[in-house]
Amino acid sequence: MWNFPLHPDRASSLALHVDILLYAWLALAGVVTVAVLFLIVWFAVKYRHGSGANRALPPDAALRRRNHRIEAAWIVTPLLLFMVMFGWAAVLYYAHAAAPANATEIYVVGKQWMWKLEHVGGQREIDELHVPVGRPVKLIMTSQDVIHSFFMPVFRIKQDVLPGRYTMLWFTATKPGDYHLFCSQYCGTEHAQMIGHVVVMEPAAFERWLESGNASQSMAQEGAARFRQYGCSGCHGPSASVHAPKLEGLFGRRVQLADGTSTIADERYIHDSVMLPRKDVVAGYEPIMPSFQGQIAEDDLLDIVEYIKSLQDALPLEGK
Amino acid sequence: MSTVAVPLRGSYLEAGFSLWSWLSTVDHKRIAILYALSITAFFFVGGVAATLIRLELVTPAGDLVSAETYNKLFTMHGVIMVWFFLIPSIPSTLGNFLVPLMIGARDLAFPRLNLASWYLYVAGGLFTVGALIAGGVDTGWTFYTPFSTMFSNTHVIAAVIGVFIVGFSSILTGINFIVTIHKMRAPGMTLFRLPLFIWSMYATGIIFVLATPVLAMTLFLITVERLFGVGVFDPALGGDPLLFQHLFWFYSHPAVYVMILPAMGVASEIIPCYSRNNIFAYRSMAFAVLAIAIIGFLVWGHHMFVSGQSIYAGMVFSILSFLVAVPSAIKVFNWTATLYKGSISFDAPMLYALGFVGLFTVGGMTGLFLASLALDVHLHDTYFVIAHFHYIMVGGAVMAFLGAVHFWWPKITGRMYSDRWARFAAIVVFVGFNLTFFPQFLLGYLGMPRRYHEYPPEFQVLNVLSSAGASVLAVGYLLPLCYLLWSLKYGARAGSNPWRATGLEWQTPSPPPVENFVSIPEVTEPPYAYREKDRSDG
Amino acid sequence: MVEAVVVARQFDDARQQRRASDLGMWVFLATEILFFGALFMSYTISRIHAPEAFAIASRLTNITLGSVNTAVLLTSSLTMALAVRAMKLGMRRTSVGFMCATIALGIAFLAIKGTEYWLDYTGNLVPAVNFAQPGPHAAGVELFFFLYFVMTGWHSLHMLIGIVVVGSLAVMAWRSDFTPDYFTPVELGGLYWHLVDIVWIFLYPLLYLVSRA
Repeated sequence: MWNFPLHPDRASSLALHVDILLYAWLALAGVVTVAVLFLIVWFAVKYRHGSGANRALPPDAALRRRNHRIEAAWIVTPLLLFMVMFGWAAVLYYAHAAAPANATEIYVVGKQWMWKLEHVGGQREIDELHVPVGRPVKLIMTSQDVIHSFFMPVFRIKQDVLPGRYTMLWFTATKPGDYHLFCSQYCGTEHAQMIGHVVVMEPAAFERWLESGNASQSMAQEGAARFRQYGCSGCHGPSASVHAPKLEGLFGRRVQLADGTSTIADERYIHDSVMLPRKDVVAGYEPIMPSFQGQIAEDDLLDIVEYIKSLQDALPLEGK
Repeated sequence: MSTVAVPLRGSYLEAGFSLWSWLSTVDHKRIAILYALSITAFFFVGGVAATLIRLELVTPAGDLVSAETYNKLFTMHGVIMVWFFLIPSIPSTLGNFLVPLMIGARDLAFPRLNLASWYLYVAGGLFTVGALIAGGVDTGWTFYTPFSTMFSNTHVIAAVIGVFIVGFSSILTGINFIVTIHKMRAPGMTLFRLPLFIWSMYATGIIFVLATPVLAMTLFLITVERLFGVGVFDPALGGDPLLFQHLFWFYSHPAVYVMILPAMGVASEIIPCYSRNNIFAYRSMAFAVLAIAIIGFLVWGHHMFVSGQSIYAGMVFSILSFLVAVPSAIKVFNWTATLYKGSISFDAPMLYALGFVGLFTVGGMTGLFLASLALDVHLHDTYFVIAHFHYIMVGGAVMAFLGAVHFWWPKITGRMYSDRWARFAAIVVFVGFNLTFFPQFLLGYLGMPRRYHEYPPEFQVLNVLSSAGASVLAVGYLLPLCYLLWSLKYGARAGSNPWRATGLEWQTPSPPPVENFVSIPEVTEPPYAYREKDRSDG
Repeated sequence: MVEAVVVARQFDDARQQRRASDLGMWVFLATEILFFGALFMSYTISRIHAPEAFAIASRLTNITLGSVNTAVLLTSSLTMALAVRAMKLGMRRTSVGFMCATIALGIAFLAIKGTEYWLDYTGNLVPAVNFAQPGPHAAGVELFFFLYFVMTGWHSLHMLIGIVVVGSLAVMAWRSDFTPDYFTPVELGGLYWHLVDIVWIFLYPLLYLVSRA
């Protein structure tokens, strides 16, 4: 009972850095708090009413000069310390903001009240996330309904997931184990039950898990099937008579839009093109694409995104 | 004209004993009492919600109340404590009572607006209590969209209307304070002779006036979106749920300064009195209050670091949040320095004020933990945040409120309370408070999220400690209710200045006459001239 | 007949009362600016997200009626300013006359606005009621009109309050409650009226003139 932890397990490459920042804050806050409390208690005792302490003050001018110097000290010192701490935390935050290019991507959809995860190979999980140790993992996340937040204390990270948008989180797990996954943005009745597990495995064990998983086909193959199911190929397929943008080789490219601006064809662009097709109309095309808002579930849309990503090599996959 | 003597007609408490004389009063002192009674009632309603929350959290399973009930409990706790207790607490009770007295005026600038502000408060309260009785609200006090606009099945609109109405109570109070302090000071009461409590009321008034209207419009927008199914926060129309968060926090961050600035003003009145010393660096204290109010309008995005907001916006909000801590730190050091070479006594108000300084320091420093971007990613929406803001709002603002009630009780009621009971209660509150909320810092870092009615078993020990502390804290809050009420009938009658304090409010009888002063005093000395006063008093 | 100004009991003298009332009104106007400010901010963010939709939607507003209303409102500010000035010069009847003109113009504004709302209704432009617009940017257009109705709705409510206020002032002025030395309520009422006008001056281009070059 006495060895209860002051911090969760450290299971990501970031965790120790965050903990060190915490310890630095604890030290700084501790010193300041203890100093203030100590001074209050000391002054209160030494200068208590009736004590024989010397209460004589220096003459006014000297007093004012002294006080100004003391004040300047305790304005400038906290300001400098605060700027150091701000800089430290900001640099750490910024350094960890962008995911490495080689990160394994896993898709997450939050909905009331569960987390649905899908690996690129098509393996689906509910309220569980299996990841390999030592490899960067990037989560591409959205919500089906309200705002949720994907929180893994042992990795020291969280990110809100929003309806209609993709947000991103990344980490490199460093220690195998079974850890908490929480929803940390209040989302309704069963918010406290929207919890699960993050399972970090040795690489070999993870590969075995992937193989034995419930994937019948990869996300991209699923996506190909959805692509046909929802009639996308009717306009975007090779034999379409409608003038629609080609999707082969699209993902990651810069696209010129009808309003003169340009954007990168990333996950958000694909998502919005399907759900809000009038938003980013491609230059030279009529805005005739219908919206699929309310027809395609967010996780199916992620399959389609993966499928379109797979078209980068301009060799469409066959789906079942 | 200001020195024309006004006949003494007895105290404001004796100017009419009927209920109607109270409900139709325009006397700022009576209106302060009306507010005091109402906010106390709301404090206990919010406290009941807190009690049930802490009882539920004694065990990891959600076994005391259903999930839905729990969600309604923390929502009502937040809504009631923020808008119906904390925000009006010091300004509408002590501010209303003291602002005219401290500046040497006969009332606030707009007494009828003052009464209207109380009725608006009551009307808002009725809507919110109505929402409670009709079945409650489960959105959290923060009403995040799209949950509040499109998914919650509870009485959101009734509660939101209640908050919308009570906002106008704040606005009217703010207008009154700003105009009164600018235009109705006694002769000789220059800006830098004003008590720091007045500076705080002024800064608070500025925030009331500039921030609250934004909340009002935001609440209106979510009401419309909920009623009609279309709105600017709806992603399906291309709207932005983050827009709600920006608009909401643009008000709600300054709102927390509304809660702490008056408390700081109170500390600046009490500490010099019981140290028999001038406040250290008066002008810095005054400017710090203004700086906190102004910079406080620029930091709202620190509630949104993981919301999907850009990382660059996060950096701007983070650095500004660090900056706003500097004037607060200055104030803490200055209060401590006020004790140096003073002559200190430990009456109950002083215990509350010193407790305030210590707990505000902890709360303020932990705020900086949260302003640190990389750390906030881990700590956001955990119990660490709950501990932080309770240290400021309860350890800070409520302690200062209690200290203020005790300090000015003789002036307001004309009675003395039992200082032994009062000191005992102050210590019980301090101990109970720390026991309740310190474990929550640990819970937060360990990863326990907010707004959970059930939790993994490894969090239980800390939760039990916290709930045990809450029971001690509850006792600490009930005690003043008892001995203060007792003093109204049996307490010794108070003289005009039982604490030998400086300040114009102490130069008139306790309780004050209706017109505050027989003749308006003329001010010739700086504030907090305690050393000179004690020398000349002998 | 010159009557003494009634000084409320909390004030030292008429001058203090006057200065307090003035400052109070200006602080209140600041609250109104922040109140509408939240709407302007929502409009700005929404327009940044959907510039084309807002351009299309703006062209669906009734520029004729909107422009007429702008002229009406600006004129009413003129008549109100003249009413205040007449009061200062002791010209009671003239002042009341100008106040009545202001009220008439205000009522005209609301009538024209009402007509516009009716035309928007028949044009299927009312979100959640009968909104049905063809074409690509329908969602953004609906968002625009949501803001249009909310912003002009709140503005109209403020106009209505202004009409009631000026009406009360006209009655009081007719009863000789004011003198050239004391007509503060008329001045403060004028300030409120001008604020409502200024809000419209910002609303008009943002709602009616997007992409109508």
